[in-house]
Amino acid sequence: MGSRLIPGVHSRASTDLPVLLPYRYRGTDENGLVGFSSWLVSATPWIVPVAFALCLIWPLTALAAGYGYDDAIKALFKWLPFLFLSGFLFNILISVLTMLIGTMAGVLLGLAQITPVWIIQVAAKFATQLFRNSPWLVLLFIVLLALPFEFTIGSMIISVPDWSKAVFGLSLPIMANISEVVRGAIQSVPTGQWEAAESLAFSRRQVLWQIILPQCFKRMIPPWMNWYAILTMATPLCSLLGVEELITLSRQAIESENNHPELLVPFYSFALMIFFLYCYPIARLTIQLEKRYAVKL
Amino acid sequence: MNWTETEPIISIKDLHKSFGSLEVLKGISMDVMKGEVVCVIGPSGSGKSTLIRCINALNDINSGSIKVEGQEVHDPKLNKLELRKKVGMVFQQYNLFPHRTALQNIMMAPVKVLKQNPEDVRERAINLMTRVNLTGKEDSYPGELSGGQQQRVAIARSLAMNPRVMLFDEVTAALDPETVKDVLITIKDLAEDGMTCILVTHEMGFAREVADCIYFTDRGIIVEYGPPSTFFSDAKDPRTKEFLSQIL
Repeated sequence: MGSRLIPGVHSRASTDLPVLLPYRYRGTDENGLVGFSSWLVSATPWIVPVAFALCLIWPLTALAAGYGYDDAIKALFKWLPFLFLSGFLFNILISVLTMLIGTMAGVLLGLAQITPVWIIQVAAKFATQLFRNSPWLVLLFIVLLALPFEFTIGSMIISVPDWSKAVFGLSLPIMANISEVVRGAIQSVPTGQWEAAESLAFSRRQVLWQIILPQCFKRMIPPWMNWYAILTMATPLCSLLGVEELITLSRQAIESENNHPELLVPFYSFALMIFFLYCYPIARLTIQLEKRYAVKL
Repeated sequence: MNWTETEPIISIKDLHKSFGSLEVLKGISMDVMKGEVVCVIGPSGSGKSTLIRCINALNDINSGSIKVEGQEVHDPKLNKLELRKKVGMVFQQYNLFPHRTALQNIMMAPVKVLKQNPEDVRERAINLMTRVNLTGKEDSYPGELSGGQQQRVAIARSLAMNPRVMLFDEVTAALDPETVKDVLITIKDLAEDGMTCILVTHEMGFAREVADCIYFTDRGIIVEYGPPSTFFSDAKDPRTKEFLSQIL
């Protein structure tokens, strides 16, 4: 019945020949690898100052008795160095450590995904898909609850700080996604490269390390940076674990300023802005590198 | 095991190969003596490429036997790397390593696989570049070379391993017509120097000129073979006649 519809005349095109259907943008593979960065870069840069200004002006309209715009801004500026140095820099530290661990584990897992030993391959694929498709917050809570808060060696009691659990918890999805980046990059190298190297008597390990991986390295950088930006944006999740990062400290600062509702918007928009200012250049660089390293053979 | 030069350097007996349910090679036998140049011709899909890819164990086989210098290729105990040091292969798509220069492409395998002294290998590689007529292109990356130039680098890369046998898998099929000649000249020089060569090719004129023996394959079997002098003028099988009439 659908075949009676005429493309362009009826609202819905229908045909047995896919080429006749209107082109629908589904996102390309390249954008899939750096999708978050393209999305972030698609924001116009002036949106931040404008949003920030609006947020600063907003309390004007809500002049509550005895506490006004001036007080809210003053409070923000009073807390700003503390929020930045103790809060935001800690978020960055968490993101860097997580990326370090996640990348090392992810590269190993990615290589395990292409090993000819099938049992390792299946296990690696399972782990990759499991951690790639789990909500990050759920992983964080599992890690928080599953790991002991302290452990004893002999007579020494070593406590495990919450932030190290957060790093571990966030490393899991990063590991899984980097694993996919590595696997995808390796498999994007034409099989002819493997065959040529094998016919020159290179062993499998030599082929991988001397021929294939050097060709993938550049291709992995943009998606890797993309995941770093996503991770940085996700570090406020740690506040739910009680880690004293930017969002936790903002909340504490607001509380110590007697919880005036006028404080909410300036404080949280400061957090928003500082994350954007950090991630936006990374996203721009990612897109530039992605274009430069686009596969040419 | 103790192979002597009076025996075939490559001896294939009743070779069968299937991809899934598709039987590509249905009992191929051929002998190649040292220094011989053998051309395999035939229609697309007749199993020519599969045949030579079995010789250096890039494809495994279902049954039959392939011996290179008396050594069974598909013996599970065989060290494939040792075999591949003896058998060089050149591909249709050149498959140069794009992240290395032409000279590095040639030097890589002797240095990394045979662990030879890089300085000696370098000297040999430069000589090989001269031999394939590419002096001055040593530091070019594959992406900067034409198809024909890349293919000649690929030949030099294979030769750098000092193989006993060279396999050529439709090496001119992806080339622009004007660059085909340079590649064919390179292979002809090689053949005249006494290198044992097996070529899968569609270049009939070339096959007639360089081959000692021509094999015609169709649908997984060898239909007919013989020296070019009789093969082209005096084909006996109707399938050979039909194929030759289409392309000559």
